[in-house]
This record gives sequence, structure tokens and C-alpha cells, in this order.
Amino acid sequence: MGQITLQNVQKAFGPVHIIKGANLEIADGSFVVFVGPSGCGKTTLLRLIAGLEDVTDGKIFIDGKNVVAVPPAKRGLSMVFQSYALYPHMSVRGNIGFGLKMAGLPRAEISRRVEAAAATLNLTPYLDRKPRELSGGQRQRVAIGRAIVREPKAFLFDEPLSNLDAALRVQMRIEVTRLQKQLGTTAIYVTHDQVEAMTMADKIVVLNAGRVEQYGTPLELYERPANLFVAGFIGSPKMNFISGENAAKYGAATVGVRPEHLRISREGEGWPGTITVAEHLGSDTFLYVDAGPIGTLTARYVGELSLAAGDRVVLSPEPARIHRFDKDGNSLWT
Amino acid sequence: MATRQTQLLARTLLTPAVALLFVWMIVPLALTIYFSTLHYNLLEPETQQFVGLENFRYFLTDPAFLASLQNTLVLVGSVLGLTVALGIPLALLLDQPVVGRTIVRLMVIAPFFVMPTVSALVWKNLLMHPVSGLFAWIAKLFGLAPIDWFNDAPLFAIILIVSWQWLPFATLILLTALQSLDEEQKEAAEMDGAGPLSSFIYITLPHLARPITVVILIETIFLLTVFAEIFVTTGGGPGLQTTNIAFLIYSQALIQYDVGSASAGGLVAVVIANIVAFFLVRMVGRNLEA
Repeated sequence: MGQITLQNVQKAFGPVHIIKGANLEIADGSFVVFVGPSGCGKTTLLRLIAGLEDVTDGKIFIDGKNVVAVPPAKRGLSMVFQSYALYPHMSVRGNIGFGLKMAGLPRAEISRRVEAAAATLNLTPYLDRKPRELSGGQRQRVAIGRAIVREPKAFLFDEPLSNLDAALRVQMRIEVTRLQKQLGTTAIYVTHDQVEAMTMADKIVVLNAGRVEQYGTPLELYERPANLFVAGFIGSPKMNFISGENAAKYGAATVGVRPEHLRISREGEGWPGTITVAEHLGSDTFLYVDAGPIGTLTARYVGELSLAAGDRVVLSPEPARIHRFDKDGNSLWT
Repeated sequence: MATRQTQLLARTLLTPAVALLFVWMIVPLALTIYFSTLHYNLLEPETQQFVGLENFRYFLTDPAFLASLQNTLVLVGSVLGLTVALGIPLALLLDQPVVGRTIVRLMVIAPFFVMPTVSALVWKNLLMHPVSGLFAWIAKLFGLAPIDWFNDAPLFAIILIVSWQWLPFATLILLTALQSLDEEQKEAAEMDGAGPLSSFIYITLPHLARPITVVILIETIFLLTVFAEIFVTTGGGPGLQTTNIAFLIYSQALIQYDVGSASAGGLVAVVIANIVAFFLVRMVGRNLEA
């Protein structure tokens, strides 16, 4: 079991409000990712759930029980830290088993559970090594092992993959997702990397300046962003925004079109412009087009398109894929 | 070719410094060894004659030698124990965020900058004096008889003074180590259910193993040669109760004017220091390996 509910959770450090009232329902067994730019409060929100910070106001329920006054160890959660925070003088075995030892479990039971966790994570050959004798990916797995061995109600991950190199990050991303599905334990995962968010999450919480901007499945966020911020944050390259006269034609203060939803042609209807930069990745082609009064537009073409800087093109949006926003930046659903 | 020339150049340029250091060390050592084989007393300067190892036999069989060796070890061991045992809680306290932390730290560090002679005099005349000292006043306040520290517990009094001087050093080293302890590690331990005491035993103390080693090694070097505190307060007495090896050598040379025997004692002290260093490194030096 691991159902977590936040009710109007607020956090202020002195006069600075970091979290301005968060309401969330996290279902048992789901994988929820907190994503947002630096300083948006996503790590603070995680630490509030963990109990490492005290809430200024609001309630946090775990399985229906308000845990605001409960110390971290008693909340039944376990956390994987960004720096892994392994205990350097303990072996892998000691690291994974520390929580069980503190809980006063018998030695045989600790040993059995540590070995089971190590087997799950392919750490068995390293059980007697010290953390400094391990590679980055192995340390990461020890940190995860320390979290799973306690059989918590939920895992809390604080940007756990940010210290790994790109290739290893992709691999660990898949491993973490697979492990979470296998254990069926609720997981809350903090990242600033929207690719991690999109690929790992059952549901994503987009945070900005201490506010929950939108809470939904990855595809909901992609297809129906609630406002300009979410629209700009989810998707890479960023969505194109057009305002003023050209937006008024669609009955909105601002319209947004994703680069992959712009049709590229030599001539015809649409927004004409000049290519300033063309990026050829083989699998994709990204065009940065100076479209005069409209501004700079980014267009994505799947596959290779032999266009170069200086070429003139016409970009036309797929009508069904145009996002419209009012003057406050909120979406106008059709 | 180029390498050989560089090496030659390096050696040539280093030679003066090395030679100076060599002479600096070797001349006193050679003279000490030379004097230690002579019957050489300043009161009878004309009768210098070679006596072989007689001075060593005299020094080592002197009952004062064993007493002073014991005093030295007790002094070193007690001061090490006190400074580490008190330094850890003090460092933990100073690590807490309190108002005026910088000033408190400065005051804690201050004793280390007081000269040994001065601090010994302050302790002797202002604190431990059985008539006019602060401790005597406090004792009288509670209706107790004042302790005559330098007569009733002379070695303990010296240990207190020296510990007071070295406590700031231990505190300072341990404090810097505490500040380098990863905050996330403490939080991880908190999540793992470790209370303050468990967190201290399993996380903080192992983290401090290395700085404690540094404190022990460095303090030992200086504590083996404590002299000014003894000279100023007890003069090695009463009897031999506060005479350590350093003070014994001093009294051989400059009270009994027996240069030969003092030189032999000096060489014995060098050997003792090396033995202590050997055991220390065997015992705690392991912690220094990364």
C-alpha cells in the first residue's frame, strides 16, 4: 500500500514561499514524476513528503493517515539521494542493511533480505566491497538497494540519475522503471529532465515557482497542456509560440505549434521565412526559420531533408494540432 | 640526454639546501653522540675522558629514568584521551548553528595561542593556587578544603594544564572534519531510522576516525617534549612526581651539569620517541590510508 495525498501543502523559508499550496492524489503503485525548472520547488516538495523538511501549512496523508507530525523514519518511505549518500565506511552489505539494523531486525533476517535485494540488483558479487570501490552505476544500485530492502510504502527519488553519464542514464532509467513495475511500489521521482519524466512516469506533476501547473499522464501533458508554461516545458525542441495579429486569426492571445506539427514546403499557404540554421541528425532534421514578423520558428522533420541555411521555406501548421491560449496563458480547449 | 641534464641541474641546484639541512641535523646529532661517550661535567671541565657506554648505563639504571618514563607516558596518554574525549562533544556543539558562532569559536581556539609558560603561570597563580586561586575560592564556597594541586596531585595538575592548551587544537581539527560530513548522509541515516545517538555512532564517529588519528599523531609529537609547563609550576617535583624525560635530561645537563649523561639521555629519548611513533603508526596509522 502506498497512497499519498497532499492537501494544500505549503512551505516557506522565512518570507520566501517555496511551495504555494500543492494538492495531489498519488495512487497506490503508480510512478509519479515531479518535473520543473531549477528552483521550482520539486525537491522541496519531495523532502516535505519524506519528512526531512516540516510543512508550514497543509496536510500530507499516507494511506489515509496524516503524517505531518511523524518523523521521517516512521513514515515508511525510503529515499534515493542525488549524491547516493552511501555510508563510506560500511560495505555494500552494511549500507543496504543499515535501515533494517536500526529497525532492530534479527541478524539472519537482515542477511536474508539484503541478499535478496542484492540479487535483484545484480550486486551479489560486490556485497563485501566499500562504496569507493564501486563504479557510479553500481553505487546507484546500492542506493536503490538500500531503498527497496526496507519494503517501503513508497520510494522517493531525488534526481538519482543526474550524476551518471548519458549512456548509463538511459540504462538505469529503464532498470528503475522495470524494478518499480516489478515491485509494484508507489514511486515519486524528481527530475529536471523532461525526457526522464516522459519515459518513466505514469503521471507527471509539472511544477513552476512553487505551484503545480498540471498533473496528468505524459501524453495528456503533451497533447493538452493546461497553459503556456506546460506547453513550453514539455516537448523538445520547444513549442513555437505566436502572438499578436497572427494569433488573433485563431481567436486566441497566443497560439502554439510544436515543431513536429509544422509542415515544411517550398511554397504555398502558411508562414514564409528563411532558414537560419539547419541541424541534420540523420533521423531528424531541425530547421530554425526566421519568419519575419512572426519571429523565429523551429520545425522538425522526421528523416533527412536537404535544405540549408539561407533557403526559403513556407511553414504551415497542422490545423488540429494548434494550441490556443488566452491572454492569461491558460489553454482554450476546443 | 635531456633527462640526464635536467637531473644533473636539479641535483646541482638542490645540493646547497640539502647540504645545509644535513649539516643542521648531523652536527648536533654527531656532537651529542660524541658527548654521550665522554665523562664530561661542567663543574670539572678539565677532566674529559672517554668512558664508552658508561653514561648510558648510568642514565638507564638511574631510578629517576623509569619514573620519568612512566610520567611521560601517563602525561601523553592522559592528555590525548582528555583532548579527544572532550574535543568531540565540543566540536559537535560548535558545529550547531548558534548566534555569535564565530566569536565562540575564536574564544575556544584562544588557549592554543597562549604561550606554555604564560598559561602555566596563569593556572599556577590564578586558578590552582591553594590560597588565592579561583579553584580554592570555589571549594571554600562549598565549605570544602582547597586542594593544593601541585603538592597533592602534581601530575594531574600538569595534565589539566596541558590538556587545556591542546583541547582547542583537537576541537578545531574535529570541527573542520564535521563540517565536511555530507549532509545527505545524515539525512539518509535519518530516513533509515537512526536516532541522534545511532547516527553519531554509525555515521559521525567513523567519519571522524581519520581526523582523530591526525590529532593523536600530531599531539604525541609535542606532548613527548612537554617542558615549560613543568619547569614553571612544579620544577619536576615533588620528588620525581612530575619529571618527564625532557625534564630529566634538562636536570642532568643544567642542574647537575653532567653533559655526558644528558647527551646519553637525549639519545635515549630519540629512541623512545621512535618506538612510540612506531606503535602509534601501527595502531592508528591505518586510518590514514585512503
